[in-house]
Amino acid sequence: MSVSALRLREVTKRYPGGVEALRGVSVEIAAGERVAVVGPSGSGKTTMLTVLGTLERATAGHVEVAGQDVVAASDGGLAGLRAHKLGFVFQGFHLQDALTALDNVANGMLYTGAPARVRREAARTALERVGLAHRLAHRPARLSGGERQRVAIARAIAKRPVIVLADEPTGNLDSKSGHEVIALLHELAADGATLVLITHDQSIAETFPRRIVMSDGEIAGDERR
Amino acid sequence: MTAAAARSRISLRRRRAADASRIPPRELLSVALQGIRTRKLRAFLSALGIAIGIGAMVAVVGVSASSQANLLALIDRLGPNLLTVSPGQTFSGDAAVLPTTAVGSILHMRSVQQASAVYQVSAANVLRTPYVPANETGGIGVDATDPELLAAVSAKLATGRFIDPANQRYPVVVLGAQAAATLQIFRVNARLQVFLGGTWFTVIGILEPVTLDSTLDSTAFIGLPVAARLFQTRPNPSEIYVQAGEGQVTQTAKLLPATADPQQPDGTQIGVPVDALKARAAAAGQFTTLLLGLGAVALLVGAIGIANIMVISVLERRVEIGLRRALGATRHHITLQFLTESALLAALGGIAGLVLGALATLANALGQNEPMVIPTYVLVAAPAAGLAIGVLSGLYPAAKAARLSPTEALRTV
Repeated sequence: MSVSALRLREVTKRYPGGVEALRGVSVEIAAGERVAVVGPSGSGKTTMLTVLGTLERATAGHVEVAGQDVVAASDGGLAGLRAHKLGFVFQGFHLQDALTALDNVANGMLYTGAPARVRREAARTALERVGLAHRLAHRPARLSGGERQRVAIARAIAKRPVIVLADEPTGNLDSKSGHEVIALLHELAADGATLVLITHDQSIAETFPRRIVMSDGEIAGDERR
Repeated sequence: MTAAAARSRISLRRRRAADASRIPPRELLSVALQGIRTRKLRAFLSALGIAIGIGAMVAVVGVSASSQANLLALIDRLGPNLLTVSPGQTFSGDAAVLPTTAVGSILHMRSVQQASAVYQVSAANVLRTPYVPANETGGIGVDATDPELLAAVSAKLATGRFIDPANQRYPVVVLGAQAAATLQIFRVNARLQVFLGGTWFTVIGILEPVTLDSTLDSTAFIGLPVAARLFQTRPNPSEIYVQAGEGQVTQTAKLLPATADPQQPDGTQIGVPVDALKARAAAAGQFTTLLLGLGAVALLVGAIGIANIMVISVLERRVEIGLRRALGATRHHITLQFLTESALLAALGGIAGLVLGALATLANALGQNEPMVIPTYVLVAAPAAGLAIGVLSGLYPAAKAARLSPTEALRTV
């Protein structure tokens, strides 16, 4: 029996004003699985990712991340979970313009308590793994969109997280660099990390062994290849 | 509890500690510094308010400390050991008279280094010419004295010479600084005479202002022998100036009444002129409340400026805050980051203010020809005040930053 990395049971998320973004969602994602989440805008994809990423708490239901019950966890407990076990990749990259690629990646481990020397070493390794060994000292402004997203991916994986959550990571990229980024994510996840990725792009979704289709805050389909 | 259970509990605690969200204080500091560095102009402008406020306060404290130090140095230079003896009132309430032997007796005291007296010449006034009406004296009094007066009161001649054993028998006069100014006499020569008590006196010297006893400034001094001869001045001192030995002021003051007038010691009045100067120095050391108040207002405005900038900054940096939260920062870490940033900013402002205030103090000291003094506590207090203001004004923005939803990074493209 495989261990589950992420587990939602009857999860509801209601925002102030009465909007229900998630309506009784139950899903289980095993450790090492690669999952694409698809669905139209407003279907609750991003909300599900923020709940899985412990950035927001569910209004009702049970949430388990990396084997830990997060419903009862404190702010500090959740932050610790994010610092050590979770890696995020955003559509907007969110790199700091004043810092080099190396420092941006090293900052990904800022809240693990690791000393700067260790973080920089891990950052160097991560940048090599995403194929940017020659761009360590570059600032984001001097990198292409695809390179920036690869720096952001290096930042997410430098600490060797158990789970990587990506929200439309190709949304700001042309289709060629988009597919390169997806290929990179597949390759990195092959090491054993669980990958959950939101996308609009059907051709990207098709590269994933499992696809969850969201609609109106509910799971409308769960396909495996 | 079994040993195995205890072990597993310990290991559980260890694992929790290892999994906690942590940031070393040094890293927190460098994150805050980076926040300031990436917004230089804004940081400069908000620190400027603090710098001006602290600078104003440092200058107020520094300027008053400098003028106080100046007065104290003056007291030291003049010799802080001057005592005066003057006739007071007898037991029955009549005006007392010091005996003619008083100066001689005082000079015999072991703790006394120098003593000199002045004798009031009551009948005489000083005029430029006989044609000036006799009642227009200009407030100038006439005192007879002995050659030791200059040394006893640490006075200096501006020009000419003083009464000496050779000339004290003749009609020569030395003018106090104010007296000379009133008579419009600024130089002395052999032909320059004043009409003193109905006789022409040659002006042989002018004194510089006497710090220890300014009443001497509006006095004209003549020798006691000539005063006795022309104006029948009695050799009963109207004031005796006594220089006591180092550290013997109190003891000397105690013995002076009985020495000066053994018959009626209660009829003597002992004065310590330096006490008045010390009081002035103490007054100079009091900060000007109004200026301090202005500095405080500038500080308040500076603090509001920092709070304002930080609030705007927090709104602008929603994405950065969201990113940090996603990377594992706790609310507490975000609070600390913004607090550190505003504290650093204001502490830098405090240091800049210290420099500004020191420069203002220096400029004033150079202008007034005073020593420059900044109390040492100011060196610590100025940056510390900045730090405290920074923490206070950063509290609200930092709390606001910590309350922001961490999903901003996901929502912003």
